[in-house]
Amino acid sequence: MNITQILVGSLSVITLFSALMVIISRNPVHSVLWLIVTFFSISGHYIVLNAQFLAIVNIIVYAGAIMVLFLFVIMLMNLNRETEPQKNKWLKLAGVLSGGSLLLVIVAALHTGDIKAMAQVKEGDIGLIGTLGKELFSTYVVPFEISSILFLSAMVGAVVIGKKE
Amino acid sequence: MMEPGLYQILFISAALFFTGVYGFLTRRNLITMLMSVELILNSVNLNFIAFNKYLWPQKMDGLFFTLFVIAIAAAEAAVAIAIIINLYRSHNSIDVENAEDLKY
Repeated sequence: MNITQILVGSLSVITLFSALMVIISRNPVHSVLWLIVTFFSISGHYIVLNAQFLAIVNIIVYAGAIMVLFLFVIMLMNLNRETEPQKNKWLKLAGVLSGGSLLLVIVAALHTGDIKAMAQVKEGDIGLIGTLGKELFSTYVVPFEISSILFLSAMVGAVVIGKKE
Repeated sequence: MMEPGLYQILFISAALFFTGVYGFLTRRNLITMLMSVELILNSVNLNFIAFNKYLWPQKMDGLFFTLFVIAIAAAEAAVAIAIIINLYRSHNSIDVENAEDLKY
């Protein structure tokens, strides 16, 4: 039980607990705040798995941009615990059944696998921004440009959909 | 130095994924449904990075897949929120049970 294992264990507990709280909490603002906690702990996992640049991108894009958008929309619509729609009991049961059985299948499949891979956490510079940037602008340059077109069309689409008639 | 195994990360990712699926199936609020989708996308990202790190540590395809998934998630959230705002303007609620104009 060394320091890395303690770190990963506590990060896992925080991730699962806050993900559950996102689903459980009745107030949408609390859901968003727990989702931010989830994103931060997932970024911690990325750092442990040697993807430092992705950890920073995850915090900036998710916790910074997307969650601020969510919070603004929730406050704009004045959502709170009272306006939260009531859940259907049967629907909840269906969700528990489907989610739980699929999780069971996945865990059983993972349990019987025999990959004994162990990573060297402190080795390698794969996740650093220099190596990622060189690769991104040589091998992955076409998907990169296509994603810029995707952003342009998403921006135009959001403006067109969101404007008043 | 012993490190956390691949299965631990994969288990966290699977649990996150099904938390997201459960939330998507049970919540009736469009915003929280969108948040569940974000949870699902994050579990997929974690899977990509874990497999990249443990099985092919010299390559970086998983990192780039994660990068593009994050980019697509940002675009998707922007468009979905525009649609939600439009729905709220016309129906005065974002409960999916009220958005049934196409049903009949």
